[in-house]
Amino acid sequence: MTEQTPVLECRNLCISYYTRAGEIPAVVDFNLKLMPGEAHGIVGESGCGKSTVALAIMQYMGRNGAIVGGEILFEGRDMRTMSEEELRQIRGSKIAMVYQEPMASLNPAMTIGDQLAEVPIYHDGLSESEALARAEEMLAKVRLPDPRRILRSYPHQISGGQQQRVVIAMALLSNPRLLLLDEPTTALDVTVEAGIVELINEISAEFGTSMIYISHNLGLILETCHRLTVMYSGEAVEVGDIEDVFDEMRHPYTRGLFGSIPLPGADKNAHPLMAIPGQLPLPHERPPGCNFGPRCSFFKGGLCDARALPMHPVPGDDDHRVRCERFAEIDWDRDLPKGEAKPPIKAGPVVLSVRDMTKHYAIETGGLLAMGGATRTVKANEKLTFSAREAETVAIVGESGCGKSTFAKVLMGLEDATDGQVLLGDTELGDLPVQKRSKDTIANLQMVFQNPFDTLNPSHTIGAQIGRVIRKFGVARSEEEVNEIVYRLLDTVKLPRDFAKRKPRQLSGGQKQRVGIARAFAGNPSVVIADEPVSALDVSVQAAVTELLMDIQRENRTTMLFISHDLSVVRYLADRIVVMYLGRIMEQGTTEEVFSPPYHPYTEALLAAVPIADTRVKKRHIVLKGEIPSPSNPPKGCPFSTRCPYMIPGTCDVELPPNRTFGQDHRILCHLQPSELEGMEPVISPRAEAAE
Amino acid sequence: MAVTEIEAGPSALERLSHPRALIALGLLMWLPLMSYVMGGTALGPAADYILLPAIPATLLLYVLGVRAFRESRVAVIGLTLVFFWLLAAVAAPYLPLLDPNKPIAPFVTPLSEKRDVFFWLGTDFKGRDMLSRMIWGCQRVIVWGVSATFVAYVVGALFGLISGYLSGWWDEIISFVANVLLSFPVMVLFIVILNYLGPSGFNIVVAVTFASAPAIMRIVRGLTLDIKTRDYVFAAQTRGEHPLYIMIVELLPNVRGPIIVDACLRLGYTTVAITTLTFLGLGLQPPDPDWGLMIRESAKTAMLWKFSYMLLVPALAVSSLILGFNLMADGLREMSLRD
Amino acid sequence: MLKLILRRLLQMLLIMAVASLLLFAIFDTPEFKKRLAVQELGGFAVSALTEESYNAWLAEKGLDVPFHTRYLNWVGDILQGDMGFSYEKNRPVGPLLLDRLANTGILAFFVFALMIPLSLVLGILAGMKEGSAQDRTISFLSVFTTSIPEIATAILLTVVLSLGLGWLPAKSAMINGFSFRELLLPVLTLVIYDFGYVARMTRASMAEVMTSQYIRTAVLKGLPYRRVVMKHALRNALIAPFTLIVLQLNWLLSGVVVVEVFFEYDGFGKLLLEAALFPDVEVVQACTLVAVAVAVLSQIISDIGYTFLNPRIRFA
Repeated sequence: MTEQTPVLECRNLCISYYTRAGEIPAVVDFNLKLMPGEAHGIVGESGCGKSTVALAIMQYMGRNGAIVGGEILFEGRDMRTMSEEELRQIRGSKIAMVYQEPMASLNPAMTIGDQLAEVPIYHDGLSESEALARAEEMLAKVRLPDPRRILRSYPHQISGGQQQRVVIAMALLSNPRLLLLDEPTTALDVTVEAGIVELINEISAEFGTSMIYISHNLGLILETCHRLTVMYSGEAVEVGDIEDVFDEMRHPYTRGLFGSIPLPGADKNAHPLMAIPGQLPLPHERPPGCNFGPRCSFFKGGLCDARALPMHPVPGDDDHRVRCERFAEIDWDRDLPKGEAKPPIKAGPVVLSVRDMTKHYAIETGGLLAMGGATRTVKANEKLTFSAREAETVAIVGESGCGKSTFAKVLMGLEDATDGQVLLGDTELGDLPVQKRSKDTIANLQMVFQNPFDTLNPSHTIGAQIGRVIRKFGVARSEEEVNEIVYRLLDTVKLPRDFAKRKPRQLSGGQKQRVGIARAFAGNPSVVIADEPVSALDVSVQAAVTELLMDIQRENRTTMLFISHDLSVVRYLADRIVVMYLGRIMEQGTTEEVFSPPYHPYTEALLAAVPIADTRVKKRHIVLKGEIPSPSNPPKGCPFSTRCPYMIPGTCDVELPPNRTFGQDHRILCHLQPSELEGMEPVISPRAEAAE
Repeated sequence: MAVTEIEAGPSALERLSHPRALIALGLLMWLPLMSYVMGGTALGPAADYILLPAIPATLLLYVLGVRAFRESRVAVIGLTLVFFWLLAAVAAPYLPLLDPNKPIAPFVTPLSEKRDVFFWLGTDFKGRDMLSRMIWGCQRVIVWGVSATFVAYVVGALFGLISGYLSGWWDEIISFVANVLLSFPVMVLFIVILNYLGPSGFNIVVAVTFASAPAIMRIVRGLTLDIKTRDYVFAAQTRGEHPLYIMIVELLPNVRGPIIVDACLRLGYTTVAITTLTFLGLGLQPPDPDWGLMIRESAKTAMLWKFSYMLLVPALAVSSLILGFNLMADGLREMSLRD
Repeated sequence: MLKLILRRLLQMLLIMAVASLLLFAIFDTPEFKKRLAVQELGGFAVSALTEESYNAWLAEKGLDVPFHTRYLNWVGDILQGDMGFSYEKNRPVGPLLLDRLANTGILAFFVFALMIPLSLVLGILAGMKEGSAQDRTISFLSVFTTSIPEIATAILLTVVLSLGLGWLPAKSAMINGFSFRELLLPVLTLVIYDFGYVARMTRASMAEVMTSQYIRTAVLKGLPYRRVVMKHALRNALIAPFTLIVLQLNWLLSGVVVVEVFFEYDGFGKLLLEAALFPDVEVVQACTLVAVAVAVLSQIISDIGYTFLNPRIRFA
């Protein structure tokens, strides 16, 4: 092993950005050794410096960034000493990169063929026709259908998943030694992501390319990498082989990270998540010594904050190192984080019931002077039927285009249902726009939004925004009463009372989301719709916000509709699950029923697609072909028929499937016989050898 | 990322930087100036001291402005130019200047003496003091320019909000009217409107509103279309807020930023328009001094190298004011991009 | 794509129709007609304009017919090429306007010929290296020149180049026939005032493109810098300035008024102003209508050009 030259080696790398406030260290003392054929994961939350490392390796720092110390050795040569021309020859040929947003990474004004052909033309001196031929070959290798057509297309003419395959093809064109992947699947849907991950794994097997895979998702790293660096606030805090870090982590932050993601076995009642307290320090406000110190339960003054900490090797493991002064003293087995177990909640009577709710949009082409453009119908929701009980959490799961946001809009009264019923208590809501709803109905049905940066009006104080809701719903009128309730709500969401006077820009993402929760609960609602309330937050903050939301729900016996694309979160907190695809409910049942056979084929694929950060479980390998069809032009028959591995030609693509009922209330919309559905194997199972 | 404020006891200046204090100071400067210029003889003897409180208000506003803009040198230079003329406008009656309308000795070149009077900038063809005319000349262009821009903004922002937020037929109709107005080249529109209404300061306000409001409406409409998709607007809708509340409380404060930059630029355009129209004979009327008038009156007589100062003085004066507005806009944009 | 163009054309026709109606209606209000009557019947009539003499004047001018008939006649005449008669110049408006438009066309041609390359090159040079000394110099220059209004630019140029140095004639009346030397000052004035705006927009567009992710992709693909700029950046960065330049035609129609009046150049702008001050209603109407037509047409060209240049719309 040691005889080989590493493909890439970073030694004591330090990177800084220069801003008005002065020099801000983005990455400090970063070390990495990447052997040929190895895949190394870098995991961390936003602002930890992981993308900066990737760009530094490419020597692309922008105008205000600079490498201020250390070395980056590519095949033994320090890249910092290379000339601009030498760098150019390495970029794109020996080191290639795949980016987070494929659409933005491709030139909108050039055909894909032109953009691909450039690589062999400039690096291998090929003629244009030879280059195009090679590009076509490579597009076939990344399994794009009809490569010839794609060569002639512009980026906006193909889907996001296809764009990412194009970017990967571009990176592979000159057979690079090193491939940098910067969150390559974050912008994609789960089932599309699964296809890309499969492709990446095949590439490393086939081409022997070394890879650096950057992600915030531990599950993805487990599926793709051999070694792993965990970064926190500009520093690597733990490095080691995947198994060592996943199963015998030796840094409190790594352990906190694992404690705050919902792994199989976590349960909102018996094993609640343990959030890491506090929040990420801003780059210019890092504490002395250990950056994680202020949030660490093992923090010891005088030791942890005395000096800049070095990496210590963990004895017994193969090159496993941690940046912690006390890792040897901590009893890692005993001190595993455990949340307080809570008694399960008993669901009450049905609060919200949806029957055959249908929403169609007519898209017109043109406004005032439309010249007879044909109107198209988008079937956003087709015959949705389900109900939710008091104090129950119903999760609505689906990928983009499944119609979950339209459903929320109908429920909130911003759109009329085309057909069917939506009953809240005994009020029909389907055709009752929000302006016509009574104050009580409105207050009874509130929403928590997805994007923390959008959820609060940047121009008004927190107090004013919560206060407005209290007044609007007639909870209180007088100045003092309103203030009192605002303070109480801030207490409930565990924010200091003086936040009432602050403007949203002074709050972090997690804090804004807490305010959003306080606002939703200000009118004592009986139903709260939570639209991906934590998906935009950092992992360590997600758990805290999730727990908070559930505590308030538990206390008020609120019904929660939890809209999400993330099956791990859903499994953790939902009582019942509704799986949607292209506007239809494919499957619904209790969490247990949905997560075990019989499955709907789509649910099965969805379960297999979600990466799980646990070495002890085994997942069946199912990757769907193709992309999600457009809701304005859904397939005939079963909407899933174009991608379904069980598709029965002549039936599934012609006729709408029947609803098959299992048990009490477990329904699956599928043509397969009940016996076939029951005969499916569980997707997730404990790994035999890990059970010991 | 917003830089969190440094915690310290608020100084007197900081207390004055509060939006309410700034608005009060602004009004203290603006209202006297406006009534002085628009009121004319109706003010009677009050005209002699009405501008006195405006002088300290202007100086204080300038100090606060420099503090607020200290990050951008460009913005401070712009602010200085603009406030130089603002100060000139409010202080003109109290400065030791000759009567701007009184003929003394014609064709006196700058920096020379005639009849025991020293003329810094010379006199024009009628013998009126150029320095005094230049300083007095900024009053009307500033007052009418700012008023016109303000009215255009109120109208444009109102229609932009309605058009962007309510969409549908409102949008179709408002946008169409705006498109019709925008299809007239600005100067042609000015000429047609002023030709119809007759030349006067007030009619300039009307003309500028017709010419500028459609463009402002488009900007506000675009911003509104963007902002109305934000979740906080959605939240307001789902709690059954009235569209008027949403437009004024949720949307308007958030379109303010980009609009302020545009307003600075537009103040420049309006100043150009007024000066140009006056030069063409469609704007402000004699005898009171105005830069456009000064150019108009000397355009025929000053076509000699020796007398070119008669044209250069007003030309440079108006350029410096517009440069001030434009630099301020530039600096503000730069600062808004940095945060 | 074709449908889009057709829709645009229809919209533009509607705009023209409404604009012409407005234009006709404005000069048809009773107050305005009275003012005209007073002027034409001579000064003494100011106090003595009786109902009778006013009505007689209306009848003489053919203004006693209902509004809509006259409007339709007017539009019909214009469509047939008859734009009315100029009382001040004692000529039919059609040929007169054509003459003057040709003069303004010559002016505009030289302005564009100088302004486009100048502003594009400067804008791209500045936007290519945002924040560099090169960028700051160009940016300041363009703010500075656009801050000086045309009238002031005209004065400064005249004073220096003509009155001071005596290189160029101060006026451009072209009494002794067409002369390039006389054209130079108006052209320079317009170019100096206008190039800054286009340069700034080009710079902004270029700067935005240069920080985009696809430029990063192109650089990290290992393409030479020249290729990145010429092939990847320019194509995208020039879309916005292109539409802007076409729209400058509209802007120029405003600008020429002052410049032509100041330099006494016999063009469209000077004609419009003289007619407006006289007032020579039919000339004002004809001039304005032509200006609107040019503006609307440039709008269409810019729209179509934008659609064509931008593949995201072309192949939507």
